[in-house]
Amino acid sequence: MSSYNIKEMMSKPERFTAGHRMCAGCGATIGVRAVMRALHEEDHAVIANATGCLEVSSFTYPYTSWEDSYIHNAFENAGATLSGVETAYKVMKKRGKLPENENFKFIAFGGDGGTYDIGFQSLSGAMERGHDMVYVCYDNGAYMNTGIQRSSATPMYADTTTTPSGTCSDGKMQNRKDLASIIADHDVAYVGQSTFTLNFNDLHQKAEKAIYTEGASFLNIMTPCPRGWRYATEDIMEICRLAVETCYWPMFEVDHGKWNLTYEPKKKLPIEDFLRPQGRFKHLFKPGNEHLIEEFQAEVDRRWEDLLYKCNR
Amino acid sequence: MARKDRMSGNEAVAYAIRQINPDVMPAFPITPSTEIPQMVSTYIANGDIDTEFIPVESEHSAMSAAIGSEAAGARTLTATSSAGLAYMWEELLLAASNRMPIALALVNRTLSGPININCDHSDGMGARDTGWIQIYAENNQEAYDNFIQAYPIAEHAGVHLPIMICQDGFITSHAVENIELLEDEDVKGFVGEYEPEEFLLNPGNPIAVGPYSVTNYVMEAKKNQALALEGSKEVILKVAEEFEKVSGRKYGLFEEYRTEDADYIMLIMGSAAGTAKQAVDDLREKGKKVGVVKLRVFRPFPADELADALKNAKAVAIMDRTESYNGNGGPLGSEVTAGLYRNKIMLETVNYIYGLGGRDFTVQEVYDIFAQLEDFIENGNKPEQYQYIGLRK
Amino acid sequence: MRTDISKINEQTPHQGLTEGMMIFAGGTSKQFETGEWRTRTPILNKDLCRQCMVCSMVCPDSCIPLKDGERVTFDYKHCKGCGICAKACPFDAIDMKEGR
Repeated sequence: MSSYNIKEMMSKPERFTAGHRMCAGCGATIGVRAVMRALHEEDHAVIANATGCLEVSSFTYPYTSWEDSYIHNAFENAGATLSGVETAYKVMKKRGKLPENENFKFIAFGGDGGTYDIGFQSLSGAMERGHDMVYVCYDNGAYMNTGIQRSSATPMYADTTTTPSGTCSDGKMQNRKDLASIIADHDVAYVGQSTFTLNFNDLHQKAEKAIYTEGASFLNIMTPCPRGWRYATEDIMEICRLAVETCYWPMFEVDHGKWNLTYEPKKKLPIEDFLRPQGRFKHLFKPGNEHLIEEFQAEVDRRWEDLLYKCNR
Repeated sequence: MARKDRMSGNEAVAYAIRQINPDVMPAFPITPSTEIPQMVSTYIANGDIDTEFIPVESEHSAMSAAIGSEAAGARTLTATSSAGLAYMWEELLLAASNRMPIALALVNRTLSGPININCDHSDGMGARDTGWIQIYAENNQEAYDNFIQAYPIAEHAGVHLPIMICQDGFITSHAVENIELLEDEDVKGFVGEYEPEEFLLNPGNPIAVGPYSVTNYVMEAKKNQALALEGSKEVILKVAEEFEKVSGRKYGLFEEYRTEDADYIMLIMGSAAGTAKQAVDDLREKGKKVGVVKLRVFRPFPADELADALKNAKAVAIMDRTESYNGNGGPLGSEVTAGLYRNKIMLETVNYIYGLGGRDFTVQEVYDIFAQLEDFIENGNKPEQYQYIGLRK
Repeated sequence: MRTDISKINEQTPHQGLTEGMMIFAGGTSKQFETGEWRTRTPILNKDLCRQCMVCSMVCPDSCIPLKDGERVTFDYKHCKGCGICAKACPFDAIDMKEGR
């Protein structure tokens, strides 16, 4: 992997261009740009995209924000679609239908709806078959495109439009699915979980590894959504920092079966620090709901311990 | 030079695939089409072809991967039946709207429920408005011949649409019949190389597929797609002409069998046309003026051509091998009569539903249908306009 | 068959649209100006800027391009005014001003 020089990195031609119609302050596109920067300049790419915010906003006829070839097929099948593209590449190379000195990389982007839920089967199939591709989930923890409905990536107790908090409800009843672990259990080449840090080094390294490791790779990137999480758009980097420092969103990788923690907070912050700035958790701070925060904390702790065990064994 | 052999319909299609040696085949097994991906996998395993097979986890993914592969610039196909086609439904629409010339070997089987593995056309008919070209075969020979014509039609510059080559599950897919095969070189020459102008894997020339389109673009986009399907009719006929030159076998949009002076015509699709022809031969010997129109190309639907072919008959039996659950008959019943009406041909028709879930369709039943038509015209005994054949009552 | 999107708009007759609604080109969205959405505008204080590029990395809209290794101005044709750059800047070199 190449050393990380920010100036050099930011001087590369932008492969995801301006003029897309994602909301102001959207986390997904920050993540997309970071992943696209990890592509080596000389390599071509084909991008597949599940239906979702990113797709409807980055390829609105006739405006594409992608400098590389791009295919949107449907909501639940970015994995299968890209596996078809990758297979075509293999056979066309084999049959001499493509120039020998031109290389393509294959990257799918899907939100948590298209990845954890409706696209799970298609993703699982593509990962299990070991296509040489990367599937990137931009995980904003709900179906944001249709108006903030819960997904299996939504954290417990989040107030969404299908799990509203109310007099008889504390928000979502279930914990979020740990998709990165599930994909790691597919015995794929590489899995990375990351989010935004000020120098983007963690995400960059993982994206580059995912793209340039032969075989199937999966990246799970927490990309906050200011509309769905209800915080001021400019606060995104602080939200990400708190997610990492509270161990809500641990940063780790599974490289050919080996689990590595890529960042460990010096002092684990209480989960309230992550929950408090977000409107979707406002109800947890009403008097009498202290036990809900305690339960949330207990689950974060349990998962963190479990992750440490996997990384240290 | 042709070669004579004996093969099942599935074997014949797999044989055609071997001769074409396409680039990519994603497929998921489902009875009765399973043999096709099995046989192709065996050809690959033995080095007979170097197609890449993707053992996808579902039919939805089969068609999704096919779209990805075709968009990438690779000649792509898949095979399926029944629920498999139904599961692909969303992707069938996308294959067509994205203008991907994918070939699909459809081995027709009924749709659940009740679940049953045998033939009827409910799968193909369920996909009738997805924008695919659909060509139906009467026998193994036609399944083979149609498959060889598939890519020259679908990949034609004015078409660029996916194509379904249909044959009847078990009845032709598993029954071994005599067949005449083309030489490998003749097939390769006929089908040619796939050279798309624009594709995902064209270095330095990126393309973008599958946009969100605002309302102001949607009707225009759909019109363009509809025009391509309409235009494919001419290409289908041109390819059939070329095919006749290499095979000696003649194909059109439909086949007219002893209809030149026929008072009563049975319009039918698929393997049951053979039964109908046998009955017509028998009845002709008894002096009955009867004939068969066997529809080959269901999409694009040759409404005007059919109306013209039927115009001199006194009555037509329109045979549907599917139930439409619309209270008004089957798809052929609706579409053929619409074509007649628009051409102001006001002859009598009766729509019969037959052969569901593999129910036998017999020569005797064809006699009975013609007798009913004759009784209708001669004696004024109007039959039920939409009725089941062979139903226990 | 490369697409010239300047010839495609919502009034284009059907014959003028591309086959399968594909676009045979990359990066055409640069011609769609999202800067109109902006209600607040980032302003760079060059004296405070240390060229760390954090602002460029955190921008969701690819609106802080580099020129000769330095971030210069903002792409105001596309900047939506989210304010992430201003908040993330470790040197307080970006102010958000009301309006466009």
